[in-house]
Amino acid sequence: MVKRILIAATLTLVSASANAAGGDVPLMHASVDLSNTASLQRGARTFINYCSGCHSAQYMRYSRLMEDLGLTEEQMREAFMFNPEAGLGDLLTVAMDPEDAEQWFGVVPPDLTLVARSKGVDWVYTFLKSYYADPGQGTGWNNTLFKGTAMPHVLWELQGIQELNTHSGDEAGAEAAQGGHAENGFEFSMRTEGSLSATEYDAMLNDLVTFLEYMGEPAKLDRKNIGVWVLLYLALFAFVAFLLKREFWRDIH
Amino acid sequence: MRQPEGIIKRSMQNTLSWVDERLPVVDFWDAHLAKYYAPKNFNFWYFFGALSLVVLVNQIVTGIWLTMHYKTSAAEAFASVEYIMRDVPWGWLVRYMHSTGASLFFVVIYLHMFRGLMYGSYRKPRELIWVFGMLIYLSLMAEAFMGYVLPWGQMSYWGAQVIISLFSAIPGIGEGLAEWIRGDYLVSDATLNRFFALHVIALPLAILALVVLHLTALHEVGSNNPDGVEIKKNKDADGVPLDGIPFHPYYTVKDIFGLAMFLLLFAFIVFFAPEFGGWFLEHDNFVPANPLVTPEHIKPVWYFTPFYAMLRAIPDKLFGVLVMGGAVMILFALPWLDRSPVKSYRYRGLLSKTLLMVFVVSFIGLGYLGAQPGSELQTLMARLFTAYYFAFFLLMPIWTAKDSTKPVPERVTGHG
Repeated sequence: MVKRILIAATLTLVSASANAAGGDVPLMHASVDLSNTASLQRGARTFINYCSGCHSAQYMRYSRLMEDLGLTEEQMREAFMFNPEAGLGDLLTVAMDPEDAEQWFGVVPPDLTLVARSKGVDWVYTFLKSYYADPGQGTGWNNTLFKGTAMPHVLWELQGIQELNTHSGDEAGAEAAQGGHAENGFEFSMRTEGSLSATEYDAMLNDLVTFLEYMGEPAKLDRKNIGVWVLLYLALFAFVAFLLKREFWRDIH
Repeated sequence: MRQPEGIIKRSMQNTLSWVDERLPVVDFWDAHLAKYYAPKNFNFWYFFGALSLVVLVNQIVTGIWLTMHYKTSAAEAFASVEYIMRDVPWGWLVRYMHSTGASLFFVVIYLHMFRGLMYGSYRKPRELIWVFGMLIYLSLMAEAFMGYVLPWGQMSYWGAQVIISLFSAIPGIGEGLAEWIRGDYLVSDATLNRFFALHVIALPLAILALVVLHLTALHEVGSNNPDGVEIKKNKDADGVPLDGIPFHPYYTVKDIFGLAMFLLLFAFIVFFAPEFGGWFLEHDNFVPANPLVTPEHIKPVWYFTPFYAMLRAIPDKLFGVLVMGGAVMILFALPWLDRSPVKSYRYRGLLSKTLLMVFVVSFIGLGYLGAQPGSELQTLMARLFTAYYFAFFLLMPIWTAKDSTKPVPERVTGHG
């Protein structure tokens, strides 16, 4: 008995993770490279074109975007700022009235500035790959990661229309939520092809979540580079401090 | 060239003596540094007192800068933190130094307390040092809790909701007390504002005053050491302890080295892993506080999880609160619970050493369990660990007195 408890305790400890968000559906892995400015720019375009109509990014400024993505004011106005009255110093707020939003979707679409920090990029990536057509839903869409989501599949023209093969969708979802035997276990089939191939769609999502990762913490672009120099300095300082300590302590026996 | 040097030296000496005639700076310097004799055998565990002072200064300085941009209102707090992270030059660095400092404060404090436990640093004549230290720990817990509410994220809000509602478990006055603490029927703008006041003024002042008392009491009786030997028992003709060395320069240079190593760790976290996998900055706290949406899994930051695990392990709310509070309060009694004839665990028997090690395992285990959702097995483990935690202290007068000891040397062994 004691042995079993110890083994179980060890196993629980080994599988430790402080991030308990989002049930037990296994997440797919997005590949994020913040140093790839082209990817950031493409992701920003996708965000502006497909997300920002309903979702705000109200802690992010256009000017910061321009600076960090290496864009000119002209490019910003052309491709990223649809409101001619918006100033470069403005935040990426949303034009949609929250009350309208609530009436249309049942909820106000959440702000996405920090979604990469609260949910994680893998979650967003998996979410946007997990839509399937479900006539039972008000929007006509359902999602294996986020059952009954109020959000319609905005990217369907790009991805195409998926259908869930294991037709007992609810049971599969419930099993997965309880950490059952779903090997990310959903099989989809394409009812209608999208304008992007599966590979292109994945690449587009990678760009999008790369942008979300950046937007969650713009300082991340520099933080690690600065950190390397700080650590090098501190290592040198520690070495000198060690020599100083040894020198002073020579006469202690 | 000798002339100008002489002038500089003379004018500096003149200035010093001018000040010293009016303010006892030389006496102070001697009493606490140059002629404060510390045992020469301090080891690794003796870095954490000085380090906690460094972290305290870090928290105060970065805190001052954060308050320059932070907005104390439920409507603006979350956005103002993001403003600091994005629009304030180097704001992200100041914020991460503050948030990392908060967690590392508890790291060094827990190690510092464990050092005291291991070497019997709370034993006569150092009981008051321990009591002041415990008061610092208690104030620090309040300070950290209230500081965590300020970013006004989901965990800030719901963590506060859960912790404050614990007070309502007290029969009779509970509900009124919780309402009095919140200043409202639920956690709100009023709560945020008073927590801000307590976090930036009241508690830091209390902590600083307690640190002065802690150090004054320490310097009155002198430091303990890994051997638990009183160095003042063996003095030379001038009254200097034979095993003592002046704190300055010996321990100042040693602590500078320790500080450098600590800063390496600190900077690594700040620049490469400020969230520390969700242990230092929780993922859910990047979602603005929403009184209408309860997060799936409310958990405190890691430094409270051992006590949170105890709270959840008890099915009855009031009893759970008492157990949680008792777990902290019992530490105050430590100097009077320990009846061993020797101070340091170095010279105690196998029984004491084993019990201490199991205590460490159960405390860390509780810390882990407090961050988990709490399955049946986890609850069972938490109950076991909680029972052990209390048995360790409550039975301490018995097992410390019964356990065998080894002879304690006259003089300290080795040097740092």
